[in-house]
Amino acid sequence: MTSSRLAFAAILGKDLRVELRTLQSLPAMALFAVTTFVIFRFGLDRTNLSGDLAAGVLWVTLLFAAILGINRLFVAERGEGGFDAIRLAPIDRTALFAAKATALLVYMVVLELIVVPVFALFFLDSAAALAPLALVLVLADLGLAATGTLISSMAVNSRARDLLAPLVLLPLAVPLSIAATGAIEPLLALGGPGYHRFGSWLAVLGLYDLIFLLVGYAVFEFLLED
Amino acid sequence: MSTAIELRGLRREYGERAALDRVDLGLAPGESLLVLGPNGAGKTTLLRILATLLRPSGGEVRVLGASLPGEAWKVRGRIGLLGHEALLYRDLSGRENLRFHARLHGIGREAAEVRIAELLAAVGMTQRGDDRVAELSAGMQQRVAICRCVLHEPELLLLDEPDSNLDAEGRDLARALIGPADGRTRVLVTHDPERALDDVDRALVLGRNGRIVRACRAAELDPDEARSAIAGAAR
Repeated sequence: MTSSRLAFAAILGKDLRVELRTLQSLPAMALFAVTTFVIFRFGLDRTNLSGDLAAGVLWVTLLFAAILGINRLFVAERGEGGFDAIRLAPIDRTALFAAKATALLVYMVVLELIVVPVFALFFLDSAAALAPLALVLVLADLGLAATGTLISSMAVNSRARDLLAPLVLLPLAVPLSIAATGAIEPLLALGGPGYHRFGSWLAVLGLYDLIFLLVGYAVFEFLLED
Repeated sequence: MSTAIELRGLRREYGERAALDRVDLGLAPGESLLVLGPNGAGKTTLLRILATLLRPSGGEVRVLGASLPGEAWKVRGRIGLLGHEALLYRDLSGRENLRFHARLHGIGREAAEVRIAELLAAVGMTQRGDDRVAELSAGMQQRVAICRCVLHEPELLLLDEPDSNLDAEGRDLARALIGPADGRTRVLVTHDPERALDDVDRALVLGRNGRIVRACRAAELDPDEARSAIAGAAR
């Protein structure tokens, strides 16, 4: 049997190469997020956001942008027979889950490197919160990558996959959203970053990540069955 | 190992419809089997079950000594499947696709490069091997798919219409890689029994109800009989 590490590297490398070559997911995600910030800026008629409103605008925008990437995560596997090719190979199928979740994590991190500075430019007075914000976002991205990969692998065989992924994912992402906005809110408080219950929310995010990574590891093999 | 493939009472249902029903078969290592039948007779379903991609609804299936689906992990990597889909990523080149599959099958980088170069040369694709698959004609994609199918030197070849989209030269080149000369166990599905009957040891005709209509040595079935058997099975 091929080692899981090699299989993981092969699948992740293939996904990133295809994305670099075709730019099918990331530009759409970034454009969506920036456009949403512009809409919020004019819709709310505010040039400055703080606290829970800032956290909500940032997280909801990132979550909806992530859905664009999640919907496309298994498109090539479904449309070009990649599922069969991978199922024919002597590999642990969880390598596919790990590689897809990592690809989604990379997309989210790159997306945030592009759009969080835009968010700060539009709505924040200072960039002091960006460093701790990065920690929150990476933990939230990890959870989103795990749930998104699971949901996408289930939805990809459905004719209504574009609808199914967000409809199933969004309820599952409620605890993640509560924890993410809970952690972001004090960071973006008026008057500078605060750390009230910051550690607790990070712990909730970590727990969410752990649970969905373990669930993915446990059930992904069965999701690939024909 | 006495048999490469052994089926006893194999059944596969899609909802209430039986795609395969009470199929029995034994195939020795190195033997070639031609599977004939009208559309909807379950030929592709049979190949997908043998390839471990589809679970049987009932019956016993043993492939290369492993009982399916429970021991499928033992035989993945020992099977080469050439199906209706090329199983190639359209945005990667043929060579990149083959490298990807080589890595999935645990072939080292250097060995993979040598093997890929040999295979692309064997199917006349050396010059076009770095073109994206989306830019290749259907016949050229089929040539790369044949390379993918034999890249890891499988013991069992499952071939569903392997000549589709190939021109005369392509068919000859493909025959060298997936034809009878290499001594591998092969299961071949085709709608063109004339050429295939010369290359196989056994023939199996499936009816539209998924049951065996005829199982015999290939020499006992001439092309006209084969066509009649297919037409009869369609009724």
